[in-house]
Amino acid sequence: MPLADARAMIPVLEVIEADQPGDHALLEMIADWCDRFTPLVALDSPHGLFLDVTGVEHLFGGEAALCETIRAKITAQGFAVQCALAGTSAAARALAHYAPGTIALPGKEDEAIADLPVAALQLDGAIAHGLRRAGLKTIGQVAARARNELTARFGKAMVAHLDHALGRTEEPVSPLRPLPDFMAEHRFAEPVMTQEVILASLQNLAETLGEVLERHGQGAREMTAVFFRADGAVRRLGVQTGAPTREAAIITRLFRERLDSLADPLDAGFGFDLIRLEASCAQRQAEETPDFAADAQAEKEVAFLVDRLAARFGAQRVLRFQQQDTHIPEAACVAIPAQYATPAKAPWQMHRADKDAPQRPIRLLARPEPIEAPLALAPDSPPKRFRWRHVQHTVAHAEGPERIAMEWWRHQEPRLTRDYYRVEDEEGRRFWIYRDGLYDREIAAPQWYVHGVFA
Amino acid sequence: MPPSAHLLASLRQTLAPFEPGRASVPLGHSGADAVLRGLRREALHEVHAGGPGHDAAACGFALGLAQRLCGDRTLLWIRQDFSALEHGEVYGGGLVEMGFNPARLILLRVDHAKDALKAAGDALSCKGLGAVVLEIYGEHKALDLTATRRLTLATARAGVSAVLLRLGAQADASAAETRWSVCASPSPTEDFGYPRFDAALARNRHGPTGRWIMEWNCDDGSFCEPRPSKIAADRFDLAAAPADRQAETEEFRRAG
Repeated sequence: MPLADARAMIPVLEVIEADQPGDHALLEMIADWCDRFTPLVALDSPHGLFLDVTGVEHLFGGEAALCETIRAKITAQGFAVQCALAGTSAAARALAHYAPGTIALPGKEDEAIADLPVAALQLDGAIAHGLRRAGLKTIGQVAARARNELTARFGKAMVAHLDHALGRTEEPVSPLRPLPDFMAEHRFAEPVMTQEVILASLQNLAETLGEVLERHGQGAREMTAVFFRADGAVRRLGVQTGAPTREAAIITRLFRERLDSLADPLDAGFGFDLIRLEASCAQRQAEETPDFAADAQAEKEVAFLVDRLAARFGAQRVLRFQQQDTHIPEAACVAIPAQYATPAKAPWQMHRADKDAPQRPIRLLARPEPIEAPLALAPDSPPKRFRWRHVQHTVAHAEGPERIAMEWWRHQEPRLTRDYYRVEDEEGRRFWIYRDGLYDREIAAPQWYVHGVFA
Repeated sequence: MPPSAHLLASLRQTLAPFEPGRASVPLGHSGADAVLRGLRREALHEVHAGGPGHDAAACGFALGLAQRLCGDRTLLWIRQDFSALEHGEVYGGGLVEMGFNPARLILLRVDHAKDALKAAGDALSCKGLGAVVLEIYGEHKALDLTATRRLTLATARAGVSAVLLRLGAQADASAAETRWSVCASPSPTEDFGYPRFDAALARNRHGPTGRWIMEWNCDDGSFCEPRPSKIAADRFDLAAAPADRQAETEEFRRAG
């Protein structure tokens, strides 16, 4: 019905524009909340959610009780909700929309949905229209037709969908979040609020999870603590480790760092009624024999420190240097997160000769800074004076050039060749400067840059 | 005291000088070593730039100290974001050239001086580390006497040495073991030699101060005597004069 007609019928009608992104965000929040029932929650946009409750219903007193719990709890939050339970997602969706509260017995999905109207299948408009014209009103009537007839008339996709709804084929739902490899959770009769209790319960969970991981001979690289607040908000906090870990003490310490570093503290509100610890990226972790070598012990301690610092400041702020196979100075050495760094295979490349001064600066500027350099005696020689950051430097010694050509195979446009010089000013400060472009061959008036400073 | 405990205590005392952590390391420069009797490990050392634009020299000198202190263990370099904008990022390629294996360095980038101090406090409790360089730009309220004292205590507890590199800041009250004010020193000859510092030991809790011209031997990873300047070598066949004659002739000043 057009809006104008509706307004003509009810003049006081209040009109609110649909806020689809808002609805979607809300649905995601509800999905996060539903995480407390099962880790496998999938969105069925725009208004539905799939919960894969395989193997968890006994925790809530059976399927019927689980359905009722979910329905009651979501209703209590002020939402209108219908739910149904079936062996396949399509059947469950059809039942939830047209026969809420139904619990289809295993293998009897076809019977459960037989009486529902065809619309429950949520087929294309054209197909639904076609079925209606053919006089097929209920799903049972459609299902009774021969498959080849249906395929010929409505296509393969429709038949596949029908079979799925009837529980004859399986179709996986894609969960909102990747499933953790292992998890442990703690439900509280009374919501908890204080940091101490939260940390203590995290420690308990870490111990439980550690035992499970140990039994499987595995360790996790990623841990996520999920805090379910009593009023429905869900907060997730993650920590990562450089090597597979399962020691409860380490995990607890990392979470302590992570909680400490939060700019806005974990808002407990009215308290958390469920805390869950999830372990992802599980990897094989061999049983360790204690190593009494000091080096191995030191390495372990450093790895733990790196994990702690990464938990506090973020993995991208704890770095190790890695050498790259290139001559371009800014690319030859990169800093990558220490947790992902692998031990270098080749020794670092040295540019200087014995007894020589360093050929590469100790500090490299983020980007080369242009300097004002008046013409040198010869176009190819380094400047006698230059001005950098408003300070005039008189060059006492210069050494070079070290010519570094850009890698033509990487760039569409040819880049300018750089001639690097080490220069020392009268006070002994040493700079790494370069001329961008070969004089007269690549560029008429090359610009000079400072790229780094030497000790 | 039961006899066994007594024996243990005396044994500990005998062994104390041989414990790897407790010793001090020679810098490699005879003048400085004579005054310092080696650089104390498990202590906080402070390095300032001696003048505007000499920050890179201070940085190189701090790397030298840290390298002497940390042996073949891992070095953690904590630096403030602003410092990297101002003075450039620590460059792995440059570390190799200074004789330090970049694979042994962990770089931690932090935003605020407070974070840097907190991270340093945590890092100094990690027995696996050799040394921590804490690079802080500018003056900060957080970095006061108490903070440096806390760092000093932390160094003693786990046996990790610390070098506090202060760029763009005036020397302030601090509990550091030594404080160095470092400038680059002009090469005496036409060719570039090892990095050359004009290093003033402005403060020494346990002895006299002094000022020396030092070079960093990139091949051996230690400080060394400066190369003789060409003129001096030609004329007198002597080593280069120290930058500050007074420090030698005058009576040593007690600092602290």
